[in-house]
Amino acid sequence: MKPPHFEYHAPTSVEEACALLSSLEDAKVLAGGQSLVPLLNFRLARPAHLVDINRIPNLDRIYERDGGVAVQALARQADVEDSQLAARRCPLLVSAVRLVAHRVIRNRGTVCGSLAHADPASELPAVLLALRGHVVARSTRGSRIIPAGDFFTGVMETRLAHDELLVEAWFPASTGRFAIAEESRRHGDFALAGAVRYGDRLALFGVAPTPVLADRIDPTHGLQPSGDLEASPEFRLHLVRVLTEKVFAA
Amino acid sequence: MKVNGVAQPAPADPRRLLSDHLRHDLGLTGTHVGCEHGVCGCCTVLFDGAPVRSCLMLAVQAEGHDVTTIEGLAASDEPLHPVQQAFHECHGLQCGFCTPGFVMSVVGLLHEHPDPTPEQVDEGISGNLCRCTGYASIRRAVRRAAELTQK
Repeated sequence: MKPPHFEYHAPTSVEEACALLSSLEDAKVLAGGQSLVPLLNFRLARPAHLVDINRIPNLDRIYERDGGVAVQALARQADVEDSQLAARRCPLLVSAVRLVAHRVIRNRGTVCGSLAHADPASELPAVLLALRGHVVARSTRGSRIIPAGDFFTGVMETRLAHDELLVEAWFPASTGRFAIAEESRRHGDFALAGAVRYGDRLALFGVAPTPVLADRIDPTHGLQPSGDLEASPEFRLHLVRVLTEKVFAA
Repeated sequence: MKVNGVAQPAPADPRRLLSDHLRHDLGLTGTHVGCEHGVCGCCTVLFDGAPVRSCLMLAVQAEGHDVTTIEGLAASDEPLHPVQQAFHECHGLQCGFCTPGFVMSVVGLLHEHPDPTPEQVDEGISGNLCRCTGYASIRRAVRRAAELTQK
């Protein structure tokens, strides 16, 4: 249970980080490390290079942009949880962050890291999708905005190119009715299934390779969730129906 | 990096986990290692004052930061830290394997919530696993630690 060999890089600017990502073969970005380091410890990930962005100053801001909340790459989940701005502008984001693992993990884990990691059972990708937010990707080629609907492409796969750094996520103001609900075996575990409601929109997580938008009237339409030791596909579909009812009753 | 107030060089090997660095290189074996993937909470230390999992950080990442381990809470010739004292009084431990992690998490919890509600206590210790006590005595210890800290 020790990380495999890698070459360690600690850039001190976004430009330097992007230059490293564009020149290195098989590099991974290390931000909070709460998903990546377990993968390294299990040796499920064996990147040749780690680009640790934690030494980059002024990349941890949570600020108001275009009426919503922008969260930079090094803003910790705990900081978003405690942010007055996020509580005022995007309370759905704060509710969702509280469901991510435990406070001790959130002290280190980042919102942008959860999005880039794109675990299908994680909450924040579904929130970004339900709110129609976006991420900002930077590389030596420039900067681009990727809408949530285009960003998640598969299990732990996103539209980010190998040389791109996710520098910011943007969550539109969530002033309408919202709710998030999930079912997990133990408090803080990954969800067996979850539902996010914003207004009339419904996003589901844990039941497909990516978070998906669904119709509240027929939320399981077209879903083919996988089964594992913890939940059968049928049970996950049942949870989707129950959780959908729950978030729309809220 | 500073560990319990003492400047220490970072290890040469970047893949050294902070938990292993504390235990093997610095001899601070009070930080326990259970699962090594962030689930059990035994390896919790304070990083710039906030509790984090030392098994989910590389030691080189602590360069320029303050790390506090269980050994740093009270010197051996000093009275116990209030959280340690409370665990002692309330029998908040049995085998003791999880205890350093619990104590560090509770130090962080009481820093944020000096007078925690029962819900905040449960939330605050939910990231630490104990297989002996059934948690009831640990909950009591957190309450007692809050009283001792406020005195």
